[in-house]
Amino acid sequence: MCGIVGYFGHGMAPDAAEIVLQRMSHALRHRGPDDSGVHAEIAAGFGHRRLSIVGLADGQQPMCNADGALWISFNGEVFNHVELRRMLEAKGYRFRTASDTEVILHLYEEKGDACIDELNGDFAFAIWDSRQGRMLVARDRMGVRPLFYAERRGMVFFASEIKALLEVPGIEAEIDPFALDQVFTCWAPVPPRTMFKGVLELPAGHCMVLDGSGMAIRQYWDLDFPQDVCGAQNEQAIAEELLALLDDATAIRMRADVPVGAYLSGGLDSSVTCALAKPYAASGLRTFSVTFDTPEHDESPFQQQMVSALGTRHSAVACGPEEIAGAFPAVIAHTEKPIIRTAPAPLHVLSRHVRDAGMKVVLTGEGADEVFAGYDLFKEAKVRRFCARQPGSRRRPLLFSRLYPYLPGLTQQTPESLAAFFGAKGEDIGDPLFSHRPRYRSTAAAKLFFSGDLRKTLEGYDATDEILARLPGDFGRWHPQHQAQYLETKFLLPDYILSSQGDRMAMAHGVEGRFPFLDHRVVDYAARLKPSLKLRGFAEKHILRRAVADLLPPAIAQRTKQPYRAPDSRSFLTGQEPNYVRCCFSAQALEETGLFNPAAAGKLIEKCRRQTDGFRDNAAFVGILSTQLWHRTFTRQSLLNDGDRLLAAVN
Amino acid sequence: MMYLKEQIRAFIVESFLFGDTTRALSDDDSLIENDVVDSTGILELVSFVEDTFAVTVADVEILPTNFDSIARVAAFVAGKSAVSAPLAVAS
Repeated sequence: MCGIVGYFGHGMAPDAAEIVLQRMSHALRHRGPDDSGVHAEIAAGFGHRRLSIVGLADGQQPMCNADGALWISFNGEVFNHVELRRMLEAKGYRFRTASDTEVILHLYEEKGDACIDELNGDFAFAIWDSRQGRMLVARDRMGVRPLFYAERRGMVFFASEIKALLEVPGIEAEIDPFALDQVFTCWAPVPPRTMFKGVLELPAGHCMVLDGSGMAIRQYWDLDFPQDVCGAQNEQAIAEELLALLDDATAIRMRADVPVGAYLSGGLDSSVTCALAKPYAASGLRTFSVTFDTPEHDESPFQQQMVSALGTRHSAVACGPEEIAGAFPAVIAHTEKPIIRTAPAPLHVLSRHVRDAGMKVVLTGEGADEVFAGYDLFKEAKVRRFCARQPGSRRRPLLFSRLYPYLPGLTQQTPESLAAFFGAKGEDIGDPLFSHRPRYRSTAAAKLFFSGDLRKTLEGYDATDEILARLPGDFGRWHPQHQAQYLETKFLLPDYILSSQGDRMAMAHGVEGRFPFLDHRVVDYAARLKPSLKLRGFAEKHILRRAVADLLPPAIAQRTKQPYRAPDSRSFLTGQEPNYVRCCFSAQALEETGLFNPAAAGKLIEKCRRQTDGFRDNAAFVGILSTQLWHRTFTRQSLLNDGDRLLAAVN
Repeated sequence: MMYLKEQIRAFIVESFLFGDTTRALSDDDSLIENDVVDSTGILELVSFVEDTFAVTVADVEILPTNFDSIARVAAFVAGKSAVSAPLAVAS
């Protein structure tokens, strides 16, 4: 797990290229504090920042093969490297190191680009094949590890984070207003678009080949929902098979030459992960949690139950308004995109806590809600369809208030109001984005604050068109629940959850997250199960609960999903208000960026200060604040060409 | 009734549109369907009505028919006031 940078194409002398690579990799030093290296040739070059986890003594990168014709720069982990090494050794390959990096190199020698299909892991890597004059760049199936690229003067530059690309002469930070529209609709830019005009993201499950004929990008893996191929088995057999799969997915993620810990939120998913990991932690399992002083966010009683049940060595870090507000500028320097929730901030605090505890690898329960239909959104879409079948019903809309028991406003609503909010808009149930329209619509309400100029630029643009354009041909044939799962797994998961809450927050402090539920074997297996095995009535993750029932205390095993949330505007506006908040919302700063209406934004912050704000106001507040911070951090940094400013924010 | 509507409109423009008067909003436009209010917003509106017009709104009265447009809110308030006024005199 590390940070990678590189280039393809002629245009820089190796000496000059080395300096550029060093600057690029320096910008990623938080991702790899243990070691660094560069390798530059006329036509290609790599840089690398290393977080040593596997092959501690001999895994330095960039790494070459025996004859020096192949070079690799690799970020991530190949969890099945042991099995792959055994297979390659049987074919006569000799290994010089104990690292998984060398496994990829030899696998490429053996299988060419098809090597990607053999890898079970979270990775972004580039292989330079000097004999063929071509480069293969690939990113893992689910989008755990990031990879961005930009073209300048006939060369292609790539890096794990965009801040490294901003070190390349000629690449400057300029906002892509359409990406901002996507953030204020879908919560994140839709790849390949990023917040930076001219900088693109290689989407999850894609690879890129660069050679003399140009650039070719292809999708090598996609989430698919074949018709219920497990339907013939009985439920108990499926549960047993699933448990065995999850156990192996966890076991291979415990492989490391350093101790592996785990996040423990107290919910079902992280509790399952911890329970499965415990037997594989030779010197005991260390677990880590965030606690909040707000009861609606705090889950510490459940965390304590799991700690007692498993006997882990536990450590919690308290996260209140001060911590969230204190971390927020650094959070945006790492996410490299605006966000509409503060939820990444506590994870930034948590990863620092983990690192301070001397750990650099943690398992988390991320992914289970997408794979096993755990989110409320899936239930909501189901109820909306149910209501749409009988629009006049007074009973059916009452189901909505059962969906969100933690939202006090909803329980006070009448059936007519609930129907109006959730399903009385003449919705088209044939719309491929049916399940996600309420989220898009309620998020987009915050565009009310966009400035006149920005609205003019965006006139006629619909952020969701880019999602529609990326849906696979079979999408229309899938069950509605599977359509919803696809949208959640292919967009929000890589673009926000694994990025802004995942990789970026963990790697801010050199911590690697590993996700057993996102092992592609688990993902593919769950996709083959019929929808009702995942969401049965209102009982989410049904088959998962059945599979792990014996591993957990009953109170945890039967616990209803509590979405991970953190205090939003309250974090910034109660007690001592940070200077940067006042600065970002000042009329001068808002006019300078030109993205928001200063008068409206001024009224918003006043409303939030009075604590009369609702969910929509909170999203708008965090969205504006983070956009202003993004602008201040990146576009000014680029204008001033002052890398230290950014690094100061990062550190 | 006209003054009532103006008061309600002023509150909606200030609290939900944050002063944005460029957005055309007729007395009969649906506040929900036009994404002017969300589920918490409607409770803000109820609270405004109670505080400003000294009426009490029961949970069962939180209906789109009473709160989904400026005209509907005004009619609801006017109806409530008409009912409560004789009581006030009687007391």
